[in-house]
Amino acid sequence: MTPRKRLVGFGAFALAASLVLTACGGGGGGEEPPAEGESTGIVTVGNGEPQNPLIPARTNEVFGGLVVTNIFAGLSYYDAEGAVHNDVAESIESDDNQTWNVTLQDGWEFSDGTPVTAKSFVDAWNWAAYGPNGANLASFFSSIEGFTEAQGEYEIDDEGNVKVITEPETETMSGLEVVSDTEFTIKLSQPESDFPIRLGYAAYYPLPEVFFDDPEAFGEAPIGNGPYVLDSWEHDSAITLLPNESYQGDRAAQNGGIELIAYTDEDAQYNDLLSGNLDIVQNVPASAFATFEEELGERAVNQPAATLGAMSVPEWVEEFSGEAGLMRRKALSMAINREEITETLYAGARTPARDFTSPVIDGWSDSIPGNEVLDYNPEEAKALWDEAEQMEPWGDKVLEIHTNTDSDHQEWVEAACNGYENDLGIQCEMVGYPTFDEFLNERDKGKGGKIDGLFRAGWAADYPSLQNYLGPIYTKAALAGSNDSKYVNEEFEAKLTEAAGAATTEEANALYNEAQEILFQDMPGIPLWYYNTTAGYSELVENAQFGWDDAPLLYQVTKTE
Amino acid sequence: MLWYIGRRMLQVIPVFLGATLLLYAMVFLRPGDPVAALGGDRGLPPAAEAAIREAYHLNEPFIVQYLYYLKGIFTFDMGVTFTGRPVVDVITQALPVTFQLAMMAIIFETVFGIGFGLFAGLRKGKFFDSAVLVWSLLLIALPTFVIGFVLQIVVGVQLGWLPVTAGRDPDFVSLLMPAIVLATVSFAYILRLTRTSVVENVTADFVRTARAKGLPRDKVVSRHVLRNSLIPVVTFVGADLGNLMAGSIVTEGIFNINGVGGTLYNAIIRGENVTVVSLTTVLVVIYIVANLLVDLLYAVLDPRIRYA
Repeated sequence: MTPRKRLVGFGAFALAASLVLTACGGGGGGEEPPAEGESTGIVTVGNGEPQNPLIPARTNEVFGGLVVTNIFAGLSYYDAEGAVHNDVAESIESDDNQTWNVTLQDGWEFSDGTPVTAKSFVDAWNWAAYGPNGANLASFFSSIEGFTEAQGEYEIDDEGNVKVITEPETETMSGLEVVSDTEFTIKLSQPESDFPIRLGYAAYYPLPEVFFDDPEAFGEAPIGNGPYVLDSWEHDSAITLLPNESYQGDRAAQNGGIELIAYTDEDAQYNDLLSGNLDIVQNVPASAFATFEEELGERAVNQPAATLGAMSVPEWVEEFSGEAGLMRRKALSMAINREEITETLYAGARTPARDFTSPVIDGWSDSIPGNEVLDYNPEEAKALWDEAEQMEPWGDKVLEIHTNTDSDHQEWVEAACNGYENDLGIQCEMVGYPTFDEFLNERDKGKGGKIDGLFRAGWAADYPSLQNYLGPIYTKAALAGSNDSKYVNEEFEAKLTEAAGAATTEEANALYNEAQEILFQDMPGIPLWYYNTTAGYSELVENAQFGWDDAPLLYQVTKTE
Repeated sequence: MLWYIGRRMLQVIPVFLGATLLLYAMVFLRPGDPVAALGGDRGLPPAAEAAIREAYHLNEPFIVQYLYYLKGIFTFDMGVTFTGRPVVDVITQALPVTFQLAMMAIIFETVFGIGFGLFAGLRKGKFFDSAVLVWSLLLIALPTFVIGFVLQIVVGVQLGWLPVTAGRDPDFVSLLMPAIVLATVSFAYILRLTRTSVVENVTADFVRTARAKGLPRDKVVSRHVLRNSLIPVVTFVGADLGNLMAGSIVTEGIFNINGVGGTLYNAIIRGENVTVVSLTTVLVVIYIVANLLVDLLYAVLDPRIRYA
């Protein structure tokens, strides 16, 4: 039994739908005979036990994420394609990409009847940013002025112990200011053109006043302003959501409710789907990759999502540094047959990568100069490797690829190794870790890098922006975070800064793709493939759709009883 | 007798202390850092990490952590999971389902195992005996997950006779298939154990005497052959009860039962030490009690065994 480690990327959970409202909605059904039935059924969805209390800024994994996005509404939401639409916000505007004026729509309420005001947002954000509250998603507020003063500064030693360097000075960020009940301003520490795109993410949801009285109790029975209200949470078993009558955004529930059922095994979910006991399966088990499209027919979903699988090539390994190292990194990329691995091992449930981001993100391009290193080219790879060998010998060192093996990584690592042995004529072996945290421990210990070889990396976008794939992974600012190959390139940094200050999204995207050209020249990581959403739904439901972020758009699913 | 039971129950205390200390040490020594894994590929902000380490005393040396844990136990507070849920709740939720499942499996395996074993033993060398032996070998050789998957797909998905998974409120019907799967291997063992002892006892002196004094055949079988053949079986069932209560990660996973096995598995994967240690300790206690029951049953089966 290998439940897929659902922490492989990160939360990426926005929900929404294109506004082409479905014909089957309850509202338009007046003329239909009663036998047709309105969509009042409870949709059952395979999920898992949330791993944190259900507080938006603490929810950093997908099981809890699916709950949170459905019971809260933020300033904006993402539709299936990742386009941003206003939810609570009336407008989010800025003249200089640095100071953002937010206006809220009138009349929004939390399900306990209290109004959603500018203060609901500002207080929630300040709570998340204040260090001692320990919010998992605190870093989402790092671009707001005054974040460091509220978060404090910390250092993690080699043992993994956290030391406080600077205690937080204040409980609030100076960049947030409530103007009136429906208006507030956000001042960033530097211009960022894509800032509004982020605001649909769970970290930015508002919180009602009752939360601040007792956050622990709230996490067990959250009160939100989204399309659903939490009806019950039976731990390890099921979470029931019922439509929120007071929700007034575009995501109004089109069904009688949602039941999120906790599973520990993906095969069990899938068999329940086949026998009609479950309406939506979010992840088809690897054992059914080859057959699920045949078994489910039109009810099978297989489309790229916002998750990229990659390998990191750390430059602290001597043989990977310098000019010879660069040739080796390129050779290692060219010697992987992505097409063959995605077809034979994953039956098309992965899509070979063409860049460092994901095709579901606005601005994605499959023709970034330099991306030919992603094509399988064994001759060129061998030639490059041999050339590097002239400059600085690799010798008979064994190439190691490190990965955790509690998820389906083992197969491709072995396939890649075989490829290296055949095409490059070197020894290669997998170094496996039984759990994700053991792998992390080895990777991050001392932050200087203990791993002497390649290692697995993965990234799921939190919000649909190219920046989200580049900034958090390849910049200096991320050295203490997710920049796990410790890549630093001033030219690349400059491009990102330029993109952040760009006037339009198109302009910004063009600059982000230019930044990717630099990555292709340096190859700090080897993009492998995009993870597809491989899902399915039952005959009992209609309008089941999966978004850019791999999550189902639950509110628009219809089910007649 | 009461003194004996009391003395046996007193043994629970050192076993409890030893088990928790050992378990705690083992979980502590496991490589890796559970807090790091909580953040996924992005990692947690240091402040969040610090908050968790503080709450779970993870910065303290091992022995201090263990004493905190013991202190918790004696104040009836086993701590909370990373979700903030009391560990006691987790245990009291997982145990009843697994207990029900284990009981059903025990009943299946003993009733059918002893029945078939007795039948086969009395007909040693005949067709039935050989057939049953071959079948039992097959069951022992087949891994549980194969039996589980095949039954689930055939009986659950294709034929639709039984529920595919146990669901949120498992009842007798939905636990039937998992209980059968869980019972298969032990069923085969019990069958073989019973058969062997029956074969031995049928030719024993006391059985010949019983026959000679003119007891009817069914009385000979039930009072003399079977009763004396059950001692090894009871030993096995006692140990098996402990195993079954520890939950079957595989079977519970296949049928989505929120029992001890799945809870333990998830807690280990997440590195939730308090849950792992508390749950395992409860299992240790159950194991001790089950073995005590077995020892008492010996005396019932064989009057020569007495506990003073």
